[in-house]
Parts: sequence; structure tokens; C-alpha cells
Amino acid sequence: MDKAESPWSSSQHAFGKGVLAAFKTILTYTLFATYLGVGALAHDLNFSPLWAILATALVWAAPAQMILLTALGSGGTAVQAAVAVSLSAIRLLPMVVALLPMLRGPNTKSWHLILPTHFVAVTVWVESMRLVPSVPRERRIAFVNGLGIGVLGATTVSTLVGYNLAAILPPLFGAAVLFLTPISFLLTTASNSRMLMDRLALALGIVFLPLATLLNTGVDMLIAGVAAGTIAYAVHRLRASR
Amino acid sequence: MSSFIGDWHALWMLLIVGVLPNEIWRVFGFLAGRKIDEGAEILVWVRAVATAIIGCVIMQVLIVPPGALASVPTPVRFSAFIAGFVIYLLVRRSVLAGVIGAELVLLGGKWWLT
Repeated sequence: MDKAESPWSSSQHAFGKGVLAAFKTILTYTLFATYLGVGALAHDLNFSPLWAILATALVWAAPAQMILLTALGSGGTAVQAAVAVSLSAIRLLPMVVALLPMLRGPNTKSWHLILPTHFVAVTVWVESMRLVPSVPRERRIAFVNGLGIGVLGATTVSTLVGYNLAAILPPLFGAAVLFLTPISFLLTTASNSRMLMDRLALALGIVFLPLATLLNTGVDMLIAGVAAGTIAYAVHRLRASR
Repeated sequence: MSSFIGDWHALWMLLIVGVLPNEIWRVFGFLAGRKIDEGAEILVWVRAVATAIIGCVIMQVLIVPPGALASVPTPVRFSAFIAGFVIYLLVRRSVLAGVIGAELVLLGGKWWLT
């Protein structure tokens, strides 16, 4: 066997396969549409095009960007905006913790993990958790970097397109693209859940959030997410021990 | 060109108020995750919590809709969401069919009620 025939023979190949994988998932296309909406919102609130694309590339989390846009655009204080953004971003922590050990090999330096860490948000995380197990370990970082560049590149383009189309987009379009987030997150997470634990965690997260909202703590997602995830994990352990 | 860049004050605000408070959670995840062994049991729990939080994000958008989505009445949002899931189950677990079905119910409901 010629070594070059293997699709995983080099990091460049793995990176290329990652970029291709970005365009094979419906999540990239729904995110593309979502970011048309984010770009249009940035335009309507008088932020510059550079501001809008830097926000997409550097914040790289649609909910945080919408919070930031509406908080700053409506004249809220910087401190309030920063706190709201940060609360929405806590979810990134467990995603990074769950992914990095899958990417690390015996020769991996910590700095190799910096870029994959930045790419983690729901879309890249869900697709990485699904695809990485079938990638040879020494190519996983290159693969995730390709996936991240593919998804982030597409959404940076759509942020700019949405920004420039803002004036002609009908109001119903905004509602339709914003609705893509909940329905595509639900269906792709459901279809990628192999274990009962994952499905249970997803369902309990959906049910617990309104209950946590009643507590009026400001950290609804943290409380509901930890409670729902812990119960799903406990059920998984109980079933395994029987 | 300057209309593309905008004013520098806004760009600094983006970094300090947007990028830093957001990225810090990825940094904490990096510090915690780079040393954990892949077979560690705690990672199973962490994955359950991460998945549950996706459920929370889904519900958050439905009950506190951002921007233009707020103009769609609550019953229409929930009907479209449930319809999307049912269509997904009926059409051989097709994510595309579920997403398109949900969007059609959302737009149809909004059009019919206003």
C-alpha cells in the first residue's frame, strides 16, 4: 500500500476532510441562515461591517452575539452586557472539557489544542463528538481545525451577506432564521445521541429550563443544565449497575 | 473604508464586553480538559451536562424569543417546534424534513394569525 493512498496520510488531508465535513452537515446551513439574521441585526443597530464579522469570528457563539448586539445597541451599560454575555457562555466549558481528551495524543502539546478550543460551540461540538471517533488519533486536531474553519468561514460570509441584505429582508425572514436555532439543535442532537443518557439529558434540559427560570437566579441554564445532566448520568449509572 | 471599520471605541467594546467574557469559559474548559484522561468517568457526566445545556438553549429561544421571533405568537412557536419533531420521527429521522416542516408551520401559523 502506497502511504499517500490513505485519506489520513497527512495533516493536510485530515484538515481538508474536516472542511468537507463542515459542508456535509445541515447544521452548517442552518447556522449560515442564522448568521444572516445576526448580520442583519448588526446592520439595524448601526454597528460597522468589520464589527459584525469580528464578532462572529472572535465571539463565535450566536446567542452571546445576539445578547451583545441588543444590550449595546439599546444603550445598556457595558457591565450589564458583559455579565449577560458571560452567563450565556458558561455552556462552552463542559463542551470543551468533553472534547479535548478525545483530541489529545501522546505527542500533543497543549498549544495544539488552543484553536480547537476556540472553535467549540454547539455546531462544531456536536459534529466533532459524532465524527472524531472514526478519525485516527494523530489526525484529530487537524480534522477539527478543518471543520471549525469550514463552519466559521461560512458563517463569517453569511454575517456580511446578512449585513448587506438587511434593508431588503422581510421581517418574517428574521423570525424564520431565528427559529432555525431551536429546531436544528433539537433534531441534530437527537439524531446524534447514541445512548439513552444523551437523549434523556436533552429532554430533561428542555423541561427543566422553564422551572429554573421560576427561581429568578439569572443562572437558569447552569442550574437546569447541571440538574438535568446529573439526573441523566445517574439513570445511566443505575442501568449499567443492574 | 472607514465606514467598513466603524469607530474604534465600538471595536474595543466588542473585545472587552463581548469576546473576553465569552472566551473565558473556553479557557477554563481548556485548563480543565487538557489533562483529563479520555476514559475518566467524570467525562461521561460532563457530556451529559453539556447535552442538557443544549436542551436549555433550545427552550430559552422558545420562551424568551430574540428579535423578530418575538413577533410570532407563543402557541405558534411551540406548535412549529413540536410539529418539526413529529415530522422528523415520521420521515425516517430526517433532520432536513423536520427543519423544513417546522419552518412551514411557523410561517403558516404567523401568516394565518396576522
